[in-house]
Amino acid sequence: MDYWLLGELAITGVLVGAMYGLVALGIVLIYKTSGTANFAQGAIAMMGAYFAWAFSSAIGLPVFIGIPIAVVVMFGFGILVERTMLRRMIGQPVIMVIMLTFGLELLLRGAVPGFLGSAVKRLSLGIPQAPVFLGEMLINRAYLVGGGVSALLIVAAIVLFNSRLGIMMRAVSDDQTASWSVGIRVERAIAIAWGLSAVAATFAGVLWGSMQGVDWSLSLLLMKALAIAILGGLDSIPGVLVAAEIVGVCESLATGVLDPMIGGGTRDIVASVIIVITLLIRPYGLFGHEQIERV
Amino acid sequence: MFYRRAGIRHTTYRQERQLWPLPFDRFLVGLVAALLIIAPFVVDRLYLVAYLLPWLIWSSAALGLNLLMGGAGQIHLGYGAVMAIGAYTSVHLVRFGTPFELAMVAGGLASAVIGSIFGFAALRVKSLYLAMATIAMQYIVDFVITHVPGISGGGMASVEVPPVRFLGILIEGDLRTYFMALAVCAVVALFMLNVGRTAFGRALAAVREKDYAAEIIGIDTFKYKLLAFWSSSFIGGVIGCVLVVCYLRSVSPEQFHLDLSIQLLAMVIVGGLGSVLGSFFGAGLILFAPIVFNNLIGAGADRLGIAIGADLRAHLPLMLYGALIVVFLIIEPLGLAKIYDNVRNYFLVWPFRHARR
Repeated sequence: MDYWLLGELAITGVLVGAMYGLVALGIVLIYKTSGTANFAQGAIAMMGAYFAWAFSSAIGLPVFIGIPIAVVVMFGFGILVERTMLRRMIGQPVIMVIMLTFGLELLLRGAVPGFLGSAVKRLSLGIPQAPVFLGEMLINRAYLVGGGVSALLIVAAIVLFNSRLGIMMRAVSDDQTASWSVGIRVERAIAIAWGLSAVAATFAGVLWGSMQGVDWSLSLLLMKALAIAILGGLDSIPGVLVAAEIVGVCESLATGVLDPMIGGGTRDIVASVIIVITLLIRPYGLFGHEQIERV
Repeated sequence: MFYRRAGIRHTTYRQERQLWPLPFDRFLVGLVAALLIIAPFVVDRLYLVAYLLPWLIWSSAALGLNLLMGGAGQIHLGYGAVMAIGAYTSVHLVRFGTPFELAMVAGGLASAVIGSIFGFAALRVKSLYLAMATIAMQYIVDFVITHVPGISGGGMASVEVPPVRFLGILIEGDLRTYFMALAVCAVVALFMLNVGRTAFGRALAAVREKDYAAEIIGIDTFKYKLLAFWSSSFIGGVIGCVLVVCYLRSVSPEQFHLDLSIQLLAMVIVGGLGSVLGSFFGAGLILFAPIVFNNLIGAGADRLGIAIGADLRAHLPLMLYGALIVVFLIIEPLGLAKIYDNVRNYFLVWPFRHARR
């Protein structure tokens, strides 16, 4: 076995994992505050990347002005989704809310490429193509930047949860009625969670879009994000960071080692296998709280 | 007016507990059945093969999914994979010379076993995890089918369905495949209509409404959730087999991708959770709305002189499915069946709106 190759795959996996984690961060944020899973996260990431492209290349603005505009717009979109759709579902069974977010995923998967064009768009962040050499390992510069930015953002989310706003959101996730009674505006906390998760998804979409081009396939990030969220525990943000690395490394190693043996395609299956294994062995994930349902 | 109830007095319990207590309902069901039976002799071949046949098959599949989603309140995002397992199992068995009737049941059993394994993993915890387990199942089954040459017949290949005989009748040509699909659809629909009147169906309804409340009144929730998964997957497998034998004629992995699961999910939600009639409405709307909508938009754009991009028209079905799911869940969570029910309730006592219904 070639250890340099394995090392290269592992490092790539760590960086890629951090970028997947950014998508999962949104799912965890929403689950923590409102207790429902957001199955539209992949399409929201795709939409963010499309908007970043539309506000920069399509209009002609520099990319570093276009991305902040996209982030602000997507924050508004997240709040809009919560206000117009999720709030009307309060009190409905969880399965209904899940189906609603899945419906939103389909709607966006159709509408965004439908109106903005389904051909692959180029979104360049100005990162040089030449790889970084580490001994005999080649590391893609784009992965390095993307992984770094993602890890920073996830850490920022952990810090945020210790701020005043974060404490408010934690209170809401703990007990909505109790939060009401001490004067926390529950709907506002949930709306902010949706906005922030749309922002996280937009960053992830932009980072991936700059590497593989912006098109509908960005919405496939949903599966990886679900795998990370489940493995880390749906209500744990540090869990996202750890699980993201595990999923990233597993996927990278599977692609590098298993693909030559069975002829490709393992990349898409790793996330699904991780979901099933987690559910079988430890359904609450590595760091999730084991919830006791009281009657 | 139509569904007149005045003057109908049931004198035995049996009469009151029949499937359709009102004569008009019975008449309507009989009329639809008669129309479906004479349809192939009246309707043009194109309409029969391109519209009526897929509608029947997709409706049966939606009924199977509805048993799980509407009956037991469990979500399934990978029903296409369940159908794929049934289709591949039965086609391979038929190719090895097994009688078709046996192969059909075996396909259903294979789907039920594999589907229940995935359900088993997730049913121990909350319904949210079930959504993830079933979507993972979709991808895993797709992967296995595509990558095992013994199942798919090699990469990008499709497996031909050999000529089959059902109860001694060779299933070929438009007429016989249509009646085969119609018969299966009728059996599934009758099963679904009656399942709500059995102890099993009532237990499922209790689990759907509140699982721990069901546990308290003595229903083993885990067992019934798993049983719902089992029977729904069994129906899915059988319908998968009917789909390839009667409609597709050859089986290849891409026919059963996530798209099919999405279509079926949309059918169940739009049609109405837990409603037999709704599954037929939903299947009709989801199958034909994109076609109609696309033609309308095309015609409208031509008339107004607006160019509609090819991208937009290609993405229209997906957009429409998503929009229908979202709109129905927010505005009318019980779907088209509830709308029909409202109309029916209105006409039940028609000119006397104040009368007790």
